[in-house]
Amino acid sequence: MTSASPFVLSVIARPPSGRMPDHNFRYWIIAPSVFLLLLIGLFPLIYSLVVSFQQITMTDYDTSFAGLTNYAQLFDDARLWQSIAHTLIITIIALPVELVFGLAMAHLFLERMPGRQIFISLIVLPTVISPVVAGATWRLLFDQRYGPINQVIGWFAGHEVVMLWNITPHLVYPAILICEIWQWTPFMFLILLAALSNVDKSLTEAAELDGAGFWRIFFKIVLPAIWPVMAIAILIRGVDLFRIFDVIWALTSGGPGTMTETISIYTYVQGFQQFESSYTAAIAFLIVGLMSVIVIWAIRRMGLAK
Amino acid sequence: MTNFSLAATRRWKLACRYGLASLLLVFFVFPIYWLFIISFKTPDEIFHFPPVWYPKSFQFANYAVLFKDGDAVSVLNSLILAGVSTVIAMIFGTMCAYSLVRFKTGGEDFAVWVISQRLMPPIAIIFPIFLLYVYLGWVDSYGGLIILYTAFNLPYVIWMMRGYIEDIPLELEESALVDGCSRWAVLWKVVFPMARTGLFATAVFTFVFAWNEFIFALVLTRTEVVTYTVQVTHYFGGQSNFWAKIAAMSALGTVPVFITVSLLQRFLVRGISMGAVKG
Repeated sequence: MTSASPFVLSVIARPPSGRMPDHNFRYWIIAPSVFLLLLIGLFPLIYSLVVSFQQITMTDYDTSFAGLTNYAQLFDDARLWQSIAHTLIITIIALPVELVFGLAMAHLFLERMPGRQIFISLIVLPTVISPVVAGATWRLLFDQRYGPINQVIGWFAGHEVVMLWNITPHLVYPAILICEIWQWTPFMFLILLAALSNVDKSLTEAAELDGAGFWRIFFKIVLPAIWPVMAIAILIRGVDLFRIFDVIWALTSGGPGTMTETISIYTYVQGFQQFESSYTAAIAFLIVGLMSVIVIWAIRRMGLAK
Repeated sequence: MTNFSLAATRRWKLACRYGLASLLLVFFVFPIYWLFIISFKTPDEIFHFPPVWYPKSFQFANYAVLFKDGDAVSVLNSLILAGVSTVIAMIFGTMCAYSLVRFKTGGEDFAVWVISQRLMPPIAIIFPIFLLYVYLGWVDSYGGLIILYTAFNLPYVIWMMRGYIEDIPLELEESALVDGCSRWAVLWKVVFPMARTGLFATAVFTFVFAWNEFIFALVLTRTEVVTYTVQVTHYFGGQSNFWAKIAAMSALGTVPVFITVSLLQRFLVRGISMGAVKG
């Protein structure tokens, strides 16, 4: 795979021609991309590190070396750890629900049925909407008086209900999760549907003839076959859920109080509302460091880069 | 007899599947329906109890207001930012992908680094970028956001184009080289045209990502280059009478995405799975 192909060797043999030199061509063509990627990939890391060792706050612009003060503060900051907990709660609930729900839907639409393509095209629409618009939409749906959701619940309850979805503490998480699951289950569904359609039919049919039950076939044949694709879908969604911001911003803005503040919301508040520059830099460095380790480990493990 | 009951069970099963499919359809499509329907309602219909399930008449006053107040400019801003950054990202990204595929530049480590950038949380990147942009005076400028969108979408473009370029037969490039084309000429005259399907599909998804982006725009825009996603959130403060604006502005931003994506059904799975599913 990594050995030089004849194609590469032919370059070396050829004398350079034309206005632009052919030697170092392979580096010339990656240069613009590398430059831009360093802007978002390396600069923020270094700059965060530098600022995090200073003491820049809203009132004070102190660039002298402050040591590990900001990092020490991280450990005492209850609100930070709560926001990480909130993020993990949302991830741990939403990810399996989207996965199982998406898989079940993929099963439902796996076999041919008239109008199947129309159903699929319409069901995937939520996934391509901007998350912030999705949040805004559900905000309108959840309205306690003029929204249709309380109205429908009222029909089943037999009387008018007043549920304040984005204010009441025990309703805010269900509201966020419903919106999140609504938007991203179709994503799982679409990918898993494609993966399921690629499973070798002769294998499942042979197992069926041998008398294997549905679940046995699923765990022994289907799951191993779709796993590589499923793992990537889980990785993409897991990372997206960890950085969840837009939907919550639109639905609750982190409230009531700080109840639904996720790590992204909290960082935003520290940096852009409280102007705690140095402390925010320390948080940013913590997040990038943490995510780099997890993400690179996952990519390598899945052999994504081949 | 058995034939008959078998057919009956099959029909019953199909009916069940349609029933379930319809329930799912309602769950996933009704919120979108509601958003669009609000944008056509009169204030009386929006703030009516019990809710009005469909408007008695379609009226475009809610949209007219957006154009009259100049808020609709935010859609144009989104178009400029997403459009320009997509073109730049496609050119640079495809060049980079070509180098990765044909010359194995940087090897696996470089590929891993590139894709890991795609998965970084934007909030951790945006804070240092914001401080840099303040220093450079780039906040609330087209250029600043275009550079950022280009950079943020590059990993996706490189990743997707890597897959598409791998599908191009090597012989074509080799024969062009033998014919005396320079490396650059091969890239522009052979690789780009051969990869046009992939270029087109990838460009559309890159465009949609930039179009729907929120957090960078929230931090880096003030008044001049506000995008439609940020504009929608500007209406949140007003408790009641901004509902129509939220709905109309969201609809303006969502319709183009629906149209482009439905035209590209064929590429949707490959596009959103970052190439994990081909075909």
